[in-house]
Amino acid sequence: MTEEDKELFASGHRMCAGCGEGTAMRAILNVAGPNTIATVATGCLEVTTTAYPQTAWDIPLVHAAFENAASVASGIESALKQMGEKGETNIISFAGDGGTFDIGFQALSGMFERKHNVTHICLDNEAYMNTGIQRCSSTPYGASTTTSPSGDVSIGEDRPKKPLARISAAHDIPYAATATIAYIDDLKKKVKKALEADGPALVHVFAPCPTGWRHGSDDTIELSKLVVETGIFVLWEAEDGEICDINITKKPKERKPVEEYLKKQRRFAHLTDEHIEKIQKEVDEKCEQYGF
Amino acid sequence: MGEQKGLTIQGNMATALGAKLCKPDVIPAYPITPSTLFPEKISEYIADGELDAEMIRVESEHSAMSACIGASLTGARTCTASASQGVALMHEMLFIAAGMRLPIVMAVGNRALSAPINIWADHQDTMASRDSGWMQFYAEKNQEGLDLMILAFRIAEDERILLPAMVGIDGFVLTHTVEGVQVPAQEDVDEFLPSYEPPHGKLDPEEPMTFGSLGTPEYYQELKHDQTQAIENAPEVIDEIFDEFEEEFGREYNRVTPYKCEDADIILLTMGSMSGTARAAVDEMREEGKKVGLAKMTVFRPFPSDLIKEILGDADGVAVVDRNISPGFGGAVFAETAGTFINESKSPLLKNFIVGLGGREIFKKNFKEMYEKTKEAVETGEVEKPVEWINMDEDVMRG
Repeated sequence: MTEEDKELFASGHRMCAGCGEGTAMRAILNVAGPNTIATVATGCLEVTTTAYPQTAWDIPLVHAAFENAASVASGIESALKQMGEKGETNIISFAGDGGTFDIGFQALSGMFERKHNVTHICLDNEAYMNTGIQRCSSTPYGASTTTSPSGDVSIGEDRPKKPLARISAAHDIPYAATATIAYIDDLKKKVKKALEADGPALVHVFAPCPTGWRHGSDDTIELSKLVVETGIFVLWEAEDGEICDINITKKPKERKPVEEYLKKQRRFAHLTDEHIEKIQKEVDEKCEQYGF
Repeated sequence: MGEQKGLTIQGNMATALGAKLCKPDVIPAYPITPSTLFPEKISEYIADGELDAEMIRVESEHSAMSACIGASLTGARTCTASASQGVALMHEMLFIAAGMRLPIVMAVGNRALSAPINIWADHQDTMASRDSGWMQFYAEKNQEGLDLMILAFRIAEDERILLPAMVGIDGFVLTHTVEGVQVPAQEDVDEFLPSYEPPHGKLDPEEPMTFGSLGTPEYYQELKHDQTQAIENAPEVIDEIFDEFEEEFGREYNRVTPYKCEDADIILLTMGSMSGTARAAVDEMREEGKKVGLAKMTVFRPFPSDLIKEILGDADGVAVVDRNISPGFGGAVFAETAGTFINESKSPLLKNFIVGLGGREIFKKNFKEMYEKTKEAVETGEVEKPVEWINMDEDVMRG
């Protein structure tokens, strides 16, 4: 094994079987390489990889709190700059959807606006999984969570998912992209571009959660593919804050019905045909906006 | 040794100048009254090429302390300034900075906490963070604000301690008040404070380490014990560094400074800018033949229990003056002073006086009243009200 092949995200962590984050992390750190410093927000990724006295990280890492991975990274970047580092060290702030969409959003927006040379990577499993599957602003319409349960008079989550990557791109940052682990080369290419960008960048990684979504642990990759093939999660990238003319990186030739994606997950098991039809209609409208 | 330069400046400028002399690498800061002049001055120093540093104009105090943590862990000398709601907003991160043993220094313009919103002096902001693991220093005047910044860096970075430190200067009373200060020469500060190199590792790709791990119940208590040990070791180191500073710069600092305490029956225990007024009150009372003294506390964390016992132990009564309130008990200094004497065979009678909240003036007559009330309690042997609020306006009170 050469130095380049060395896994920087070690096996033996405590993630659930089939967790999308583990696969994503391995690929991301392979691209970033050893000359990288990372911050991580409180959440699944932190809890499953840093239990004292062990660590799954073979790069320098700091976990401080839940909402501030991006501001801790701002401090690291400024310190390296002041102490004469020439910008060769990658700085990545990792956070889940809670630590990015919700509680960490202010710190993220500040980091973007101040133009720190930091790549923020959001591992999005669409709810507060570490605390027990509570609803987040990343939770999609119709998903049943422990704080947006479906019931006789409830569809579950009744609001659409917050468009994080579009809001990030609107900060006029050099690079913003979405990715899933089903298209690993696409993910790696985007991480590389983000790290090479001269300034802040965002990669929003869709990361299925078998525990929270209640799907088979062998369906993780399949769901990461279906979510793209149905048009529910569109893979794109935007450079230099261009949010009108974005580059769609995977355009399904023929879109599959959303039902194929939804029916594989028990978080959507309560949805009626009418609900599914409504979701299909909304996805159709969105895809039309994206031009497919 | 270089010559010290005399300047007449506001308290915020004194702490900013003290920080500048320490050559910080990274200063993340968010403006808040009454400490705004600190980040303004630092910005000016950088803009004029007098200070080579990175200033991060963060979007909140929470991010200010978060960025301090990131910068300090990378090996940068790091400081910031804040006050009141700002210190409250960064509360979460204060514990993390101390838990990671990072020698971050923060100048605080001590100010009341809302509600009601109030921008004026009291010690509630820093007292509310007394359990965070930070060392706490309080200045009586601007000179102390400047010197304590230099001392705070030196003490915080000492390998035997490695903990963050805050330097409190009372809002407006010091932050905005112009006083004469002596400014040490840069070369002397350089000698007193060598450049900072983290002794136990930093964020370095050459030697990867994980910081801020998950501490399970098998480890957490021991790790907390070790952190606590660091601040418990601090008094000896602080005394040593205070002595060295005096030798170098000619100004004396003590964790607690006694004034006319040797033969005193009653001693006033104070912190911050009120100490000057208290000293004047003691002088006037002494002229009237009253055996009264003053103990000024400069270091509140680690709590100077040894000196408190030594200086106050032989008095009949002590008036503990708190510019803060822990609702449901009394003042924080009182609580800790009482705790210090709990197992002593001999303890002075302790009275607690709450004064000066939200910028209420503290007059000499207030200290005289405290003396009389403490004296009366000593003579009658009765403490009817252990905690009393002083200088209250009956017309404003609603019940």
